[in-house]
Amino acid sequence: MGHLVLLVRPTGEIEVLAAAGFAGQTATDLARTVFWRLMDADHALAARLAADLDRAFPQLVEEHVARLYAIAHRYLGIPSDAEEVAQDALVRAYDALAGYDSNRIRALRLRPWLAAITINLARNRRRRIADRQPPVHLDPLAAAGWEPRAAGGSLPQAVVERREGRRELAAALLGLSPALREAVVLRHVDGLSVAETAAALGRPEGTIKAQVHRGLANLREQLSTEAQVRPDAGKEMTA
Amino acid sequence: MNRPAFRTPAHDDVDGSRSPTEADLVAGLASLRSPAPANIARDALVRVGLADVWAELPSPLGTIGVAWNGRGISWIDRADDPAAFHDRFAERVGRPLHRAAGLPQRLARAIEARLAGEGRVRIPLDLRGHTPFEVAVWLKALEIPRGEVRPYGWVAAEIGRPRAVRAVGTALAHNPVPLVVPCHRVVRSDGSIGQYSLGGPDAKRTVLATEGLDTDALESTARSGLRYLGSAGTRVVCLPTCHHARRITTAQRRPFRSLASAIQAGYRPCRSCRPGSGASLAA
Repeated sequence: MGHLVLLVRPTGEIEVLAAAGFAGQTATDLARTVFWRLMDADHALAARLAADLDRAFPQLVEEHVARLYAIAHRYLGIPSDAEEVAQDALVRAYDALAGYDSNRIRALRLRPWLAAITINLARNRRRRIADRQPPVHLDPLAAAGWEPRAAGGSLPQAVVERREGRRELAAALLGLSPALREAVVLRHVDGLSVAETAAALGRPEGTIKAQVHRGLANLREQLSTEAQVRPDAGKEMTA
Repeated sequence: MNRPAFRTPAHDDVDGSRSPTEADLVAGLASLRSPAPANIARDALVRVGLADVWAELPSPLGTIGVAWNGRGISWIDRADDPAAFHDRFAERVGRPLHRAAGLPQRLARAIEARLAGEGRVRIPLDLRGHTPFEVAVWLKALEIPRGEVRPYGWVAAEIGRPRAVRAVGTALAHNPVPLVVPCHRVVRSDGSIGQYSLGGPDAKRTVLATEGLDTDALESTARSGLRYLGSAGTRVVCLPTCHHARRITTAQRRPFRSLASAIQAGYRPCRSCRPGSGASLAA
């Protein structure tokens, strides 16, 4: 049996990125092909942006908006703030690109570059959120009978559990210190490589590896049923 | 505190410990890539000026549609039929266009103030994609005060292209933001109203009338061949709709057929309406 990797664009376009198992290709070959095809796509987009910013920019928005929103959402925990941050990041990116010469645009590594813009804006936003409201603790809300909306009544048990699991994990993520959360969100929610995460955050790769490691250990600790105290977890509301 | 742990059924271990493995965590984190709400992409493109939104606005001409993006107002047209508004925008501007519930309050207030004649309101305009000549014509039209009109030849002379009278007419006909850029305040040199993109001469008369201009008087004065009005008191000669000309008392009123005859009679051209601009062509 073979495997196909399909890229489904939001427009409904489907592209075959790679195939394995048909001509003796292994799963590793497949992964490598997919990696390089995605790198190529980013590179090709940078070239198109360099040639005609206004014509190519909608494609950048289409391809990157979901991940920029996810980064902001999982870093901030508040969907409405994440929406504004993702939108501001795209506008910042456009303004920056409009000021770059075409060689500089062509040389850009769009994925980490856009992640860096988003994280910077999200950091500023986090400080403003902290000024704007005292932290909301989920535990007293839960004790008062408040149920987050995702736990819908008649959903299959597996779906409910999966959703609860995701919500738990999202809340635990917000319990990490900002520096660890940045590293974990970019590395594992967004899926950047260690090198790309390091580039986006302006930290050495060794630091990123250590921070991701500590972040995962902290998450595991928070999520383990034996944990009696969940220090700092769920400071902000998630949905 | 008895809260459910992050768990996947495969890793509910027999020994009862419910600590997720690293693989669980990595897979769980990847599952947190939430889909983005659709408005983010749309709003970002509008903010950078690669898409527009529009809403309806009441005007002296009935319902008009105003389209804008992050750079400013990009298009104004009649909107009695929203589908037709969309079609004309698509044909002339070509960017994606979305319907909005209403204009942003600041923009609505600015347009209202501008239509009411407040000259100092700043309204950002998105005039990308037009020629420098067209933009120069529109900016010149913006200098004509409410309640006054100027001939096409005057605009041509003022922008340093005195022979381009016909091109000025074409540029005004292509004004993407009528009412806000008052192309209706430019009329033919013989004083007749001329064409108007928002619905022909009658619409143009309606707009000028709401601005306090007596269009019947304007047209009959022009038909009688009188192009300039002098004040025997100040010895200054104006275009007939200039606010200085309108203050001249009946007793002091001195009409002229040409600027040359006014100057010969010892009159100086008004510095406000500059009747000398395009005068040789208008004579």
